[in-house]
Amino acid sequence: MANKQASAQVDETKIDAKIPAGPLAEKWSNYKAHQKLVNPANKRRLEIIVVGTGLAGASAAASLAELGFNVLNFCIQDSPRRAHSIAAQGGINAAKNYQNDGDSVYRLFYDTIKGGDYRAREANVYRLAEVSNSIIDQCVAQGVPFAREYGGLLDNRSFGGAQVSRTFYAKGQTGQQLLLGAYSALSRQIGKGSVKLFARHEMLDVVVVEGRARGIIARNLVTGKIERFFAHAVVVGTGGYGNAFFLSTNAMTSNASAAVQMYKKGAYFANPAYAQIHPTCIPVHGDFQSKLTLMSESLRNDGRIWVPKKKEDAEAIRLGKKKATDLKENERDYYLERRYPAFGNLVPRDVASRAAKERCDAGFGVGNTGLAVYLDFSSSIERLGEDTIRERYGNLFQMYEKIVDENPYKTPMMIYPAIHYTMGGVWVDYELQTSVKGLFCIGEANFSDHGANRLGASALMQGLADGYFVLPYTIQNYLADQIQVPRMSIDLPEFTESEKAVHAKIEKIMKIQGDKSVDSIHRELGLVMWDFVGMGRNTAGLQTALEKIKAIRHEFWTKVYVPGVSADLNMELEKALRVADFIEIGELMARDALMREESCGGHFREEYQTPEGEALRNDDEFSFASCWKFNGEGEEPILLKEALEYEFVNRQQRNYKA
Amino acid sequence: MDKTINLTLKVWRQAGPKAKGEFVTYNMDHVSTDSSFLEMLDVLNEKLVKQRKEPVAFDHDCREGICGMCSLYINGHPHGLDGETTTCQLHIRRFKNGETITVEPWRSAAFPVIKDLMVDRGAYDKIIQAGGFVSVNTGGVPDGNAIPISKVYADEAMDAASCIGCGACAAACKNGSAMLFVAAKVSQLALLPQGKVEAAHRAKVMVAKMDELGFGNCTNTGACEAECPKAISISHIARLNREFLVAKFKD
Repeated sequence: MANKQASAQVDETKIDAKIPAGPLAEKWSNYKAHQKLVNPANKRRLEIIVVGTGLAGASAAASLAELGFNVLNFCIQDSPRRAHSIAAQGGINAAKNYQNDGDSVYRLFYDTIKGGDYRAREANVYRLAEVSNSIIDQCVAQGVPFAREYGGLLDNRSFGGAQVSRTFYAKGQTGQQLLLGAYSALSRQIGKGSVKLFARHEMLDVVVVEGRARGIIARNLVTGKIERFFAHAVVVGTGGYGNAFFLSTNAMTSNASAAVQMYKKGAYFANPAYAQIHPTCIPVHGDFQSKLTLMSESLRNDGRIWVPKKKEDAEAIRLGKKKATDLKENERDYYLERRYPAFGNLVPRDVASRAAKERCDAGFGVGNTGLAVYLDFSSSIERLGEDTIRERYGNLFQMYEKIVDENPYKTPMMIYPAIHYTMGGVWVDYELQTSVKGLFCIGEANFSDHGANRLGASALMQGLADGYFVLPYTIQNYLADQIQVPRMSIDLPEFTESEKAVHAKIEKIMKIQGDKSVDSIHRELGLVMWDFVGMGRNTAGLQTALEKIKAIRHEFWTKVYVPGVSADLNMELEKALRVADFIEIGELMARDALMREESCGGHFREEYQTPEGEALRNDDEFSFASCWKFNGEGEEPILLKEALEYEFVNRQQRNYKA
Repeated sequence: MDKTINLTLKVWRQAGPKAKGEFVTYNMDHVSTDSSFLEMLDVLNEKLVKQRKEPVAFDHDCREGICGMCSLYINGHPHGLDGETTTCQLHIRRFKNGETITVEPWRSAAFPVIKDLMVDRGAYDKIIQAGGFVSVNTGGVPDGNAIPISKVYADEAMDAASCIGCGACAAACKNGSAMLFVAAKVSQLALLPQGKVEAAHRAKVMVAKMDELGFGNCTNTGACEAECPKAISISHIARLNREFLVAKFKD
């Protein structure tokens, strides 16, 4: 079947996403009305592994346990509450229309599809918008202290890519509060014994028995012991792969290893090239830097983005001869307001990021590196007063001041785009099941709902939608056929083989004893990713990236040095295992970006742009989700295509100008 | 542009939970004042790895002051001397050239050392598991706007809910009490109508679990509030005591 097309080996087999028939608004209701369920007595006999305790993992583990399943839940941190969802700042979208400003399930669906540049599945996105309202109700019931108006009702703010205010928030700590809500529901089940928690455990393989996922191999990070776990189904919610870039806004231990293991066991990896570069991050400031810090998109509600109008001014600022506040109003270029009058500073993230890069590349950047633009609150402070701004963003301003040592109430913030979120991920069908039976993937780790670009405040919505309201239904449709399957022994040959392979990989790394630290190789990979697979991509650059990544892989497997022993707490070994997988993901991203000869959302191919420099899609040839199938170590993966049928929405060139 | 200073670090090294620990001195030259405390430790670890020695184990993750994973006793203070700051947000510009900095793990009976600067804070999770939640299942809950909540109470609940569960309060307390941590959760949920229903019971079971896990008693020294990186107020402890008394009366 395989034939060579463009830069990839293509398998033309049709991929079935199992989208229910019927009108868009009735698909999910119809699915639920006709799906198979598992009765309470049988639920008690079934075990489910949930890997990850972020918004998706924690909400899924808690909800499944409430239903009566036996849940085994894993996280790499010391507590489920540390998962990186906790760092999400701005808010969570829902189609409540509490503001009476014209919102609806359809409008949230439409904005999300459009924001994703028409590269997501209609049915999935509609379902997401549909369950969004239940998420808010659920979180309020758990005691999540959302911001409220003086009348006692819930407050909303606006976010990029929307013309309504539909974002619910808890100061600049919405992710924290939602995660603590899910964590409390999870803790309740752990207390009851219906969830068994394995903290400081890292999944290192998924065990497949007769074509079905039946367990995982995990490393106890405290003792170094490799352990085996059985379950009737495995759910993975381990987040995105942004740390392939080394510097990102992800947490230090955020990693792609679970996803890579799933991929190597037969799960397709979809749209790896779709990575989101967030426009408002604190600029890079030194070689020692370990990570980047995001400043919430909500700041664009009240902050205005600008660079100097004249290059001389930009240069004077870079040399420290002038300050931002020295420039008068008519000497500033509010380039987003100028280019996109209708949405202004609230254009989607990919558009805002590229616009910042364009100005900096043209020589108008500020900061000592020239890789920064201003985010200015002076006119909002004048209009609303410093107290109002403090109430809205106090913790963000404080965080900025701690890192940069400048007071953003007095002088504009400096920001620059940074890698933040990955829309691509493990391919799942409508039921959130991967191409391996019994293996499910939820939250950022899957590819399902955001297309080529995610709108602000939609990650929290998707993570919780998957965990609270989608997976607990769809997994039963699978498990209903598994009730006769007894618990399997972890001494089965499949478990033994998996564990052996994990041991072999670890011992191989330990034995290299080269002279390169894990971090130094990770940094090299990150630079290649940022330079060639970042905001602007082109054929030559992507080919260079593929070559360089190959060399980095070779360097890793011949020169890495991991001290200590494997049978003990060994953080360098943990990092090494993750970097080995980031190299695989990095290559897959470059490959996918090279194959996709169009620009869409966060994927910008410089060869394909409109005369105004906007992303130019090619719906005739690239209206598909690219699904990469592992084809053996050292072999090129095979490309399968899930055609994206747009039955309900008329696709257009995205327009945020008028 | 980049300003650097020289520092001497005295770091607690301990191979495992039962091993004997000791301070080891490291000289750190040309540390950028713009780097964070943990980035300085990264540089130290990179140096140790180059010398083919084992790096210092410490907990950290988000490096944005929100996950609560980082800890460290720095010059005798949890998360260092800077107010309202987690270790990951503490910057080297707060230190003087030539300064000696002592770095230790949390010292608390309920937080045993795992290795070097890393401790086991599982006890905090166990306290939450005992009752730090509203007993609702997924689904079947009323509309989010069905019960109006006074902005004043919602804001106060939010302040309490900002606790990051880092353990600094218990580590700062001379009695090793977890009262501020427990109070923050009890108070957050007692302030909201959704959590009010179970408030007294919650206070009772969480305090009982805290006692069982080996945390000490609260003697109102206020050290927890002073060291809390999120400035959680000890006024929440008063609310906890109130709910606790209500529970006792009901018994």
